[in-house]
Amino acid sequence: MIDEETLKKLSFKANAVRKHVIEMVYAAGSGHPGGSLSATDMLVTLYFHIMNYDPENPTWEERDRFVLSKGHAAPALYATLAELGVFPVDELLTLRKIGSRLQGHPDMRKLPGIEASTGSLGQGLSIANGMALAAKLDRKLYNVFVMLGDGEVGEGQVWEAAMFASHYKLDNLIGFVDRNRLQIDGETEKVMSLEPLTEKWRSFGWAVREINGHDFEEIIDAVEWAKGIKGRPAMIIAHTIKGKGVSFMEGSVHFHGKPPNDEEYRIALNELEDERKRLVEEFGGGS
Amino acid sequence: MWEMASQRVAFGKTLVEIGKENPDLVLLGADLSSSTKTSFFEREFPERFFNCGIAEANMMGVSAGLAASGKVVVASTFAVFATGRCYDQIRQSIAYPRLNVKIVASHAGITVGGDGASHQTAEDIALMKVIPNMRVIVPADAVETGKAVRAIIEEEGPFYMRMGRSDVPTITKEDDPFEIGKATVMRDGSDVSLIGTGIMVSQALKAAEMLRLEGIEAEVINMSTLKPLDEETTIRAAKKTGAVVTTEEHSVIFGLGNSVAITLGEKYPVPVKRVGIPDRFGESGEWDALMVKYGLTPENIVSAAKEVIKQK
Ligand SMILES: Cc1ncc(C[n+]2csc(CCOP(=O)(O)OP(=O)(O)O)c2C)c(N)n1
Ligand SMILES: [Mg+2]
Repeated sequence: MIDEETLKKLSFKANAVRKHVIEMVYAAGSGHPGGSLSATDMLVTLYFHIMNYDPENPTWEERDRFVLSKGHAAPALYATLAELGVFPVDELLTLRKIGSRLQGHPDMRKLPGIEASTGSLGQGLSIANGMALAAKLDRKLYNVFVMLGDGEVGEGQVWEAAMFASHYKLDNLIGFVDRNRLQIDGETEKVMSLEPLTEKWRSFGWAVREINGHDFEEIIDAVEWAKGIKGRPAMIIAHTIKGKGVSFMEGSVHFHGKPPNDEEYRIALNELEDERKRLVEEFGGGS
Repeated sequence: MWEMASQRVAFGKTLVEIGKENPDLVLLGADLSSSTKTSFFEREFPERFFNCGIAEANMMGVSAGLAASGKVVVASTFAVFATGRCYDQIRQSIAYPRLNVKIVASHAGITVGGDGASHQTAEDIALMKVIPNMRVIVPADAVETGKAVRAIIEEEGPFYMRMGRSDVPTITKEDDPFEIGKATVMRDGSDVSLIGTGIMVSQALKAAEMLRLEGIEAEVINMSTLKPLDEETTIRAAKKTGAVVTTEEHSVIFGLGNSVAITLGEKYPVPVKRVGIPDRFGESGEWDALMVKYGLTPENIVSAAKEVIKQK
């Protein structure tokens, strides 16, 4: 269930994050817009609605953790953390610049709010396992969230980690697969087929649910469901659109790791501004 | 002054040529075929190209199996994943049984740029150099890359070859000979020897020009095979100039500098200084700015040269 106020807040935040993502990769001249935009709605819902998190104190011991295993979607995570107030929004445009805290892939020693240094795919679920295990050891109540790319799931380590999580009954671990059906060399099912993906996770001992990863209500409901699962970890397979929110990036493999050119940049920002105006009309007011 | 060209493109084009001559050539990729330019081969010979997806360790194992069954295999991805992530698969399944697998990696070193430390590797040469049976090639430019690919495919056994992401100055000529295990003298000089590899050979040539203005004549050597090291050329250089600077876009620990310093330490000690990436992780930035920040400029080579000359 989602109330109007929450829907409004998340919609505006997601729009703001998408704008930042476009501005950041454009200013950097490199970076990964496609997988950032497909992950945006989930990141915003987690940080602005679901997670027990204090932006003023990102090292608070009781906080819920989020590990971005698909580290190349860093721009979306940085923009979400900045909108949340963990560090200044102004800093976003330093992405990938020499000396910046905003590395091309997340660096937990440089930037507050980053829980794990990722970028080499396939490693985040193992790290999240360790965090979930630590919570159990310390009898803490926090949850650990982790997001994987669908191409990333090809890494063998992901399945080692999948086995571990169910073996140790890590029911405080909630995963997302950003199922945008694309990796770098093309469609996942052509490069290295993943299906039946839900059955794979299930057979590894996970509770699994499929959702639309751009529907705030479905994201919230799925996390509520996952929190209720006892004795095993839960995986949410979120069907998404790579490049979501910018027409010419949607479903395009081309914008996996390429920023927009000048003309594309202008069009992208116009589209996102139109979306903001639409949201003002739908919800009234703005944020 | 020099033309800039891509080593990756030279690699990709040469593979297509060799693919026409050699039906046993099989390529493997790991969801980066457009970046490593093995996509050229994939387009021409789709039945001999296999994408492994994002699963580098499996790719190395499959390479071993193909090679054990008579194929010549080229397995490609970014250098950081090709080496560190698959170290044990390379060691156990490829190098130990001495199988005919050529690991050719792109995006080595710090010139990767914006992706940052997770994608930059200053350790790949070290990791591959230490494995018995493994030979290590680092071509200096696009022209030499084409020749090196041919040479390692013609020669039986495992190889690691590294290339950068960025275009590099073309400093060798089409008709220059290329031989595995043989260094080339790019420029004569009697005061100091600058021994470089990869992109740093062109930096050494620039440094030699700068030194000449100060009346110092520097010899420049392109050490395109790191293992086996051309000890003969290394020792001959030390005998001739009595002072050596090594330079590489790799950690100063266990790369070219280490090989040269140890060889000379044991066989003909002279002052040696290493110009390379210091013992720390890289970061995001424009590649040329990173070259400055991490001490990989001609100026760095010039000051090292002056120091070793002083120590003679
Ligand atoms: C171990 C490893 N291999 C290769 C890469 C290079 N790489 C970066 S992103 C990417 C594709 C990722 O696809 P997917 O997981 O589907 O992410 P998304 O579609 O959400 O961007 C690859 C191969 C990497 N970062 N790490
Ligand atoms: Mg994907």
